[in-house]
Amino acid sequence: MIKKIIRTCTGWFRRFLKYWDLLVLLVQRDLKLKYRRSFLGYLWSVLNPLLSMIVMAVVFTRMFKRSIPNYPLYLICGNILFSFMRDSTNQALNSVIGNAALLKKTYVPKYIFTLSKITSCMVNFVLSLGALVIVMVATGQPFRWMNLLIIVPVVELYVFCVGLGLLLAAGTVFFRDIKNIWSVVTLAWMYLTPIFYSVDSFNNSKEKGVVSISTLGLIIRRFNPMYMYIQQFRYLIMQYEVALIEVPCNLLMWRGAVCAALMLIVGLLTFNATKNKFILYI
Amino acid sequence: MEQITTEQVRPKPARPEVVIRIKNASVRFNMAGEKVDNLKEFFIKLMKRELRFKEFYALKDINLVIQKGESWALIGSNGAGKSTLLKMICGILTPHSGTVEVKGEIAPLIELGAGFDPNLTAKENIFINGAILGHTRKFMREQYDKIVEFAELQDFMELPIKNYSSGMRARLGFAVATVTEPDILIVDEVLAVGDAAFQKKCRERIRELLNRGTTLLFVSHAKGPVMELCEHAVWLDHGEIKKIGATKHVYWAYEQHLKELEKK
Repeated sequence: MIKKIIRTCTGWFRRFLKYWDLLVLLVQRDLKLKYRRSFLGYLWSVLNPLLSMIVMAVVFTRMFKRSIPNYPLYLICGNILFSFMRDSTNQALNSVIGNAALLKKTYVPKYIFTLSKITSCMVNFVLSLGALVIVMVATGQPFRWMNLLIIVPVVELYVFCVGLGLLLAAGTVFFRDIKNIWSVVTLAWMYLTPIFYSVDSFNNSKEKGVVSISTLGLIIRRFNPMYMYIQQFRYLIMQYEVALIEVPCNLLMWRGAVCAALMLIVGLLTFNATKNKFILYI
Repeated sequence: MEQITTEQVRPKPARPEVVIRIKNASVRFNMAGEKVDNLKEFFIKLMKRELRFKEFYALKDINLVIQKGESWALIGSNGAGKSTLLKMICGILTPHSGTVEVKGEIAPLIELGAGFDPNLTAKENIFINGAILGHTRKFMREQYDKIVEFAELQDFMELPIKNYSSGMRARLGFAVATVTEPDILIVDEVLAVGDAAFQKKCRERIRELLNRGTTLLFVSHAKGPVMELCEHAVWLDHGEIKKIGATKHVYWAYEQHLKELEKK
């Protein structure tokens, strides 16, 4: 039994290595095409989050500034992570049906296309960290070695998005309207994620010095994976006394890891169970 | 002593090697009365209990054994199941019942432009297409000049594929697919677009590969190339093998059948 599992795993891994070069080439293709014929090219990956941060900062400053220290940095941390999730899953949605012509003609592991989309978004995300550094310098946020630990929430988020992307890619093959539903879901998700507000704003007012957390705030803290990744990330970048947040960073890390692993398993199982039927629907 | 060694070096003529073995294979499509591909319809039909699937056999009970180095033509009218059979051999479709065993590397000649990204240049597409066929980047860099030379497109490598003509794409596709000596080469009606000189060049290349032990699966409606390249033929009709054997006989029977249809 164990031998059988090991054999299937090594077989899978060997096939993955065989198509490693394809994965690299597909990621390169996405990056090349993204900014082909644009004057500023890759600089847009830095400028884009920077500009949207400025817009959001101007719009929301009046509402939330008082309760959140270094608001521009707070914004951009949430924004780049959430945009990565939104962009990568949206592209993953189309990854199988978009390559229908190819998949009908030749055998290629189908997950390669989904994985390549999410990976190219990840590369884009790494470039956008440049914007983060600019904001940190501009707002006088000190750099610490601890900042480098952001790799933990970023890897967790990547794994989470791979799982989610596989699930969505498989789903879209059978039901094309997932595409439309998903844009609404991500919109709702964005508002339920503390990107431009603090999750503490859901707390009920202090009574006798005891802060009670409202149900919505509790749901976001416990069940919104994006909150786990964004909050970890902010903790590592800003490390300001995370005000009222009572969940320590390492607990968020464990929860985030469990979420990512679960999502990956669900995505892989769904994709694997349905992949042989794709050809009939694409 | 010497004699014995030469005996050992010589390849054994007997015991041919089977590369493709298809046993009682059927491919079934679950065709919905109308294609349901969105959630709304799916749930409405589920509620109304109208979600019935019509079974449709694209291939019925196919038995086929192909040996190394043989060349096979698949003939039959449109929708007879030729492409479905090729897809099953490639591993794109899994048979509903029966088994398909394939030994060796398959190089499908990807139909016009399917494997090409129109926005990328020809050079970039060569590498992606090679990777799709399972070649490494290093290998493709080594073979790159050979591919360009065969396709005779030296001056157009930095041009995006969307500006290519269909004939030029076919040249490029053929050049990439046949750069190695694949164990099995699948040619699905892609040669028809090239000009006469290139078609001739392709046929020569295919023959060269055949001599080196490549197995060929060839789909075409044109009589000339089929007769010229293939020793064996399979005539498919409505998903069933109607006749199988030497190309001459099978093609003759197929033509008779076509004539009869015309009379009606």
